Amino acid sequence: MSVFINKDSRVIYQGFTGQHATFHAEEAIKHGTNIVGGVTPGKGGATHLDRPVFDTVSDAVREAGADVSGIFVPPQFAADAILEAVEAGIKTIVVIADGIPVQDMVRVKRYVLDHDAVIFGPNTAGVITPEECKVGIMPASIYQPGRVGVVSRSGTLNYEAVAQMTARGHGQSTSVGIGGDPINGANFLDVLHAFNEDPDTDAVVLIGEIGGSQEVDAAEWAKDNMDKPVIGFIAGVSAPVGRRMGHAGAIISGEADTAVAKMNRMEELGVYVVRNPADIGETVDKVLKQKITPVNSNKTVHGEPVET
Amino acid sequence: MNIHEYQTKELLKSFGVPVPEGRVADSDASAGIIAEEIGGERWVVKAQIHAGGRGKGGGVQLADSIEEVRKHADRIIGNRLITPQTSAVGKMVHRVLVESAQNITKEFYLGLIIDRVCQRITIIASASGGMDIEEVAKTSPEKVVREAIDPSIGLPEFQCRKIAARIGLTGALMPQAVKLMQSLYRCFRDKDALMAEINPLAIVDGDKLLAVDAKMSFDGNAVHRYPEITSYRDFDEEDPKEVEATGHGLNYIALDGNVGCIVNGAGLAMATMDAITLHGGSPANFLDVGGGASPEKIANAFRIVRQDPNVKAILLNIFAGINRCDWVAEGVVQAMQKQAISEPVIVRLSGTNYELGQDILNRSALPFINAADLDDAARKAVDAVNNLQST
Repeated sequence: MSVFINKDSRVIYQGFTGQHATFHAEEAIKHGTNIVGGVTPGKGGATHLDRPVFDTVSDAVREAGADVSGIFVPPQFAADAILEAVEAGIKTIVVIADGIPVQDMVRVKRYVLDHDAVIFGPNTAGVITPEECKVGIMPASIYQPGRVGVVSRSGTLNYEAVAQMTARGHGQSTSVGIGGDPINGANFLDVLHAFNEDPDTDAVVLIGEIGGSQEVDAAEWAKDNMDKPVIGFIAGVSAPVGRRMGHAGAIISGEADTAVAKMNRMEELGVYVVRNPADIGETVDKVLKQKITPVNSNKTVHGEPVET
Repeated sequence: MNIHEYQTKELLKSFGVPVPEGRVADSDASAGIIAEEIGGERWVVKAQIHAGGRGKGGGVQLADSIEEVRKHADRIIGNRLITPQTSAVGKMVHRVLVESAQNITKEFYLGLIIDRVCQRITIIASASGGMDIEEVAKTSPEKVVREAIDPSIGLPEFQCRKIAARIGLTGALMPQAVKLMQSLYRCFRDKDALMAEINPLAIVDGDKLLAVDAKMSFDGNAVHRYPEITSYRDFDEEDPKEVEATGHGLNYIALDGNVGCIVNGAGLAMATMDAITLHGGSPANFLDVGGGASPEKIANAFRIVRQDPNVKAILLNIFAGINRCDWVAEGVVQAMQKQAISEPVIVRLSGTNYELGQDILNRSALPFINAADLDDAARKAVDAVNNLQST
């Protein structure tokens, strides 16, 4: 099992015939992803990578049964592409595009409220269920099937954490990128919720950043609801106040959203907080090898908390 | 992207927000001419820089004669202005805004932001105008009114009336407040702004609402849609190293440490800085090379990082997904050969084409320091700086 995407997902790429989409679609196919076609307006009827190209997402849903889309169009057209996917009934939308205007996303989020769809990103490396389905730009070779869920804002920090885990023999059920933008689709809480429901996920690694409150909100929820341990890290201890650190969402605006404040609060709420980004894999190893304590320790107590 | 007060007022005026009569001047002579054209008996001369607290630094002056307008303009233009929001050396002032002085009865605060918690444009208003709104929000949050705006209906009149009533803009002032809020929102929405602030919004001459001071910032990912906003960009207000880095597709932010950092991805860049800090060192910068970085881009990253005289060692940390370690390695070799780099260079490569990259580095026989992983890289960078300082 896994969350959001699996071997049965019927994936399309929007912006399919572009250079980036082509490269990453080829990689995804090699990884076993069931890519059923793609959308490039004006090129409907053509064949690309031995798969059909459609003019519209509606066509792809009707004719190829698509239910997952990776958005690879340039950022200025991305909001429109997301709206098109939502309207066509796509359930899982992964937005790779980086640099979408913030107000475009405000409107997209309002629209998606009235529909049954979940958006990952924008500005995400994507979502991968190892050896089943990959929608994104991550290097597949570092992932291996397993029982730890991973959710992060940053792509490369996700790779760092996953490589540390895989090196110690801990594979991933699914790895989810929620993106580095301030207005994003699924947040940490949504993804923790999904991992909590997944019988094949034993623990979750949550990798956040300075700025906003989504990591702490997720930990607050986990405190009362999560039956599995959560290992957390927040990047940006050394980031200055008021400066945007690359990701549009990574800016410290008050005392509550510094990395240290967030990590302290998450620790109080029962998350295994890792202070050094180099120790993520080791901590996962410790937590899984010892008796597991879920975040909500009142619910099912298996043992004592471990030293992290 | 930030713009100046005079530009903000020009823009807001075109959307129907009432602003004082005034124009921008780049010399004392033109300041005097503008004051004469505006007429009246009292003027205000305001330094135009991208920083607040100008009044506290002497950058806002009242004048009772044309001669005084010229005198203030002469003293402000061409000098550095230090305010609580600038660095200790202040900012060079190139222009002043000359306006008719206002007879203010009461001051309010009105702003628009994109609130990441509710994920909507949010209007913020307060009867405590002219003050630092963050301070007001901290000490007396009940004095700050917040209303999230539903993008499917925009900012309706009733919501404006609700806000106006709560901050005491009632009677004949209420319809003015409604019109002003709707104009401000239209400008914010139609130009993809990230922040707009009217502080103070004032009642002048007893019965008129006027935006006495205003500032706005815009979404860098959307300004290409609006040539007139793009033309407002003032490069004098930006760090030249950061401007140059942006030109090369690099995201660079100067910090005050001594370990130069070159990393791919914002999250890993921050984590690398954190690892350096944990080992007792201090990062000199944040630098994200982005995806698909060419050897030239990597070489440029070295050049920009080394422009900072505090840099004593350079840590390159690449976890390649859409990047290629071989291209990165070629960039490192290019930089080390052409730039005569004397600082220790610590290299950690991982991910796509790792073997090819490592091979290029090994064959080059250049004196870089190889690191096995993130922790090893951070430790070696900090050790390298400490070794230099102890010899």
